Amino acid sequence: MVTDRLRRVQAWAERRLPALTRYRRPEALPIALHRRRIYIVPTAFGSGFAVLLLVMLVGALNYANNAALLLTCLVAAACAASMLVAFRSLDGLSLRTIHAGQAIAGQPLPLTLELDSGDQARSAIRLDIAGISQAFALEARDSTRVTVMLDTELRGWLALPRLRIWSTWPLGLFRAWSWLHPQMAVLVWPRAEAYGPPPLHASDNPHQAQPQQGDDLAGLRSYRIGDPQRRIAWKASARHNDLLVREYEPPRAQEHWQLDWRTMPGLDSEARIARLARWLGEAEAQRRQCSLWLPSEDIPRGSGPMHYAHCMSALAKLP
Amino acid sequence: MRFTFRRTPSPQPSLGQRPFELLCLTVGLVLVVHAGHLPWWLSGGLALVLLWRLRQRRRRVGAAPIWVKLPLMALLVAALVFSYGNLFGREPGAALIVGMLVLKLLESERERDARVGAAFACFALMSALLLDQGLLSTLIVALGLLPALATLHALQPARASRSLAWELLPALRLLAVALPLALLAFVLVPRLSSPLWGTPNAPTARTGLSDRMSPGDFTELLTDDRPAMRVDFDHPPPTPAQRYFRAYVLWHYDGRNWSGLDRRRGLAPAEIDAPDSFAYRISLEPNQQRVLPALDMPLTAPDGARLLADREVLADKPVDTTRNYALRSTLRYRLQPSLDQTSRRLGLQLPGGFNPRTLTLGRQWRQRYGNDEAIAQIGLALFHDGGFSYTLAPPALGRDAMDDFLFTTHQGFCEHYASAFTLLMRAAGIPARVVTGYQGGYWNTLGHYLLVRQSDAHAWVELWLAGRGWVRFDPTAAVRPERLSLGAAAAAGDQEGWSGRDWLREWRNRWDVVNRWWNQGVIGFDALRQRGLLTPFGISEVDSTVLAALLAASGGLFGGLGLAWALRRRGKRDRLRECMRQIEGRLARAGVERRRGEGPQHYLQRAARALPTQRRKIEKLMANYLEASYAQDIPAPESLLALRRELRDFRPRRVYKEY
Repeated sequence: MVTDRLRRVQAWAERRLPALTRYRRPEALPIALHRRRIYIVPTAFGSGFAVLLLVMLVGALNYANNAALLLTCLVAAACAASMLVAFRSLDGLSLRTIHAGQAIAGQPLPLTLELDSGDQARSAIRLDIAGISQAFALEARDSTRVTVMLDTELRGWLALPRLRIWSTWPLGLFRAWSWLHPQMAVLVWPRAEAYGPPPLHASDNPHQAQPQQGDDLAGLRSYRIGDPQRRIAWKASARHNDLLVREYEPPRAQEHWQLDWRTMPGLDSEARIARLARWLGEAEAQRRQCSLWLPSEDIPRGSGPMHYAHCMSALAKLP
Repeated sequence: MRFTFRRTPSPQPSLGQRPFELLCLTVGLVLVVHAGHLPWWLSGGLALVLLWRLRQRRRRVGAAPIWVKLPLMALLVAALVFSYGNLFGREPGAALIVGMLVLKLLESERERDARVGAAFACFALMSALLLDQGLLSTLIVALGLLPALATLHALQPARASRSLAWELLPALRLLAVALPLALLAFVLVPRLSSPLWGTPNAPTARTGLSDRMSPGDFTELLTDDRPAMRVDFDHPPPTPAQRYFRAYVLWHYDGRNWSGLDRRRGLAPAEIDAPDSFAYRISLEPNQQRVLPALDMPLTAPDGARLLADREVLADKPVDTTRNYALRSTLRYRLQPSLDQTSRRLGLQLPGGFNPRTLTLGRQWRQRYGNDEAIAQIGLALFHDGGFSYTLAPPALGRDAMDDFLFTTHQGFCEHYASAFTLLMRAAGIPARVVTGYQGGYWNTLGHYLLVRQSDAHAWVELWLAGRGWVRFDPTAAVRPERLSLGAAAAAGDQEGWSGRDWLREWRNRWDVVNRWWNQGVIGFDALRQRGLLTPFGISEVDSTVLAALLAASGGLFGGLGLAWALRRRGKRDRLRECMRQIEGRLARAGVERRRGEGPQHYLQRAARALPTQRRKIEKLMANYLEASYAQDIPAPESLLALRRELRDFRPRRVYKEY
């Protein structure tokens, strides 16, 4: 309830007072943190500790107890120093690259951020993005990869949300933070429909769809234990010192699918995309060659993960 | 390194083993610091609870069950009420804090618990100093801060795991860095001239001199090795036999106790003839008494104190913190040359019905010798030759205590001798009074001061002799002259074995110089000394506004230093790049700016074409630069030097084309 209201106030402030809320506009990578973009406030625990120190100070002064006063001053000075340490643990840190993995809408998308430590070791740095928080540490002059799983809902371009790098190092009394808003969007692939008909001209024999031994002779190789006897090339082996075995081509790809946007009258475009995504997935699973025609793009026949990614990306980018 | 994703953990993550161990260490140190004033069974019990909890959590993570926590809590409160009578006040309050802290450990299972525990431990550490602010306890308390801060440190996520000792290092570093600022703040924080709220009753009275004395009282005192005071002399110190520090003058004897007379307090100080005097300063340990001991016969009273009729120095309020005062005294004097009738009557007062044999002996002396001084000498001779011995463990005395002592036991220490001698003299008609204070002390050659311990407490006698005034007589010295030169323990022989070996005592005496430094430099730094802080700089009075301004200014200075440190980037200087920047800057002023992504060679060639008059120079620069940057992996120092030499007198001018 309270957090809800807070969030609304925050959103309003962000809209009305951009300079005050310290949020950043999207910017290009790499982003290095420096003093103009690192902010520090005491944490709740830090404020409580300050009150405690105040009580100690007043007590020591009241009892004119110099040893206690010295102790209080020492703790207070250490706390003040910890503020600078908190700042320094972020200063100079930079976000070098972001590598987005691929994901289908509804599934988490792996996002790998590469952070560079600059010239000093850093501990207990935390990264918040879209409600996920993760802690990491860095050696001096080293970089680390932090992988977070980003929730996705819809296909298409997903602008990266703002991310916050923060730390309460070293004592948890101060929180130093910086907002980063990398100018980057990741592509989320469309979700395939759960079930549906095969492509129209999929006239393959279901038997052939089963993976089976190919019959084109590819060559000969030496016998290995476990090879079936009937595949030994006796004639050829007779001319050599050891047994040779006939080797066949892997099963030939089935007849290729011509997937076409236009072959699905009566469906709206999202349904078409979902169906095409399912067919592409099936083709990829069966290692079947396919081509894809879309209003925006005509992708020639091909197969393999690259081809699949290309087709899915084209689908994702459809309006 | 690689970190894989984790969902936002529950808002209160559970406590790791390492921070828990550090927290236990902190609480253990709190127990150690407070052990001095807690009852031993409470300290022991709490230590057992702490150890049990440490073991229990090592076996299985989880809070202690409720049927352990609740009874322990009830037990703690009951024990405190039983021991102190209530829960309020400094000592029971401190005990309660320590107990609660230990019990808090039983349910510390979340990070938040550990944070609160560490902060609370800081408070408990500080509260120990309210009860004892000696150097040693302050050091232990400072040591206790290390695990407290390390606990907070260990709560941070994603840290490399280290051994327990290494965990303390960052905290140590932080405290070391903070020390200068802390010292500055300590010096400059304005002290309160009067407390905000009434300081509650002082800690329990410890043994010390008081305005009452009965033979046998001092036994505890004479075996108490705590420092009583420290004395600084401007000139060479008096010889050991002259080091009599007067505190109380006791007139009244009721057959058992000697006590001072309140009604004499209003009188003016007795007149005194003193040809010379000398100055010295005393730093008195808190003793909850109002009388300030002074060497022999004080001539003036320090601020906040006054001289009484018998030249005792009475402070306005009890000494509850270390008190420093300066005095002038004399060793040669004639005190009260003419004795008034009241004083004479008081000096001859004897309780009826006690010690008949002693009184008879005194009267016999009067009849036999007549002369006051001769009688006093006879008295001393009695102690010297009458088979008396000095011991700190004398046999018990009956109702007629002095009769028993003089005629039966013959064993006692200063109180017995002073008491008996005074009675004898009074019986012989010589006005006499008992004086208590300190005698002797240890001269610390390192610190050039006299250390007087409680065990140097002493009692002696003053007799009024016509023409000489009050004269000091020390019957104890007649029995055992070593008492004056070596102290009570040496005089008693090592029969008690209370002080351990001699070297230990010697070592403790030498070590005391550190305590003195601590007392003077830190504990004695009060509002008064703070005000005189800037005297060396020509500012005589510093009020709290100036102090606050100074504090703010120096805080700003330290903040600036800290910021400079925080903002410093530790990148290696790239001299080659700096050179290239200079070249770029100078050429840009001459009108040739480097384009984006333009290589150095291309740029310099273009510059050479654009600035024909400088062509040779630029080409030479280019050759040098290329040599320095590409000939070797790391620029050779000599080629870098050559480049910088070339650069020094490179001042390209803008070329204006003439039409």
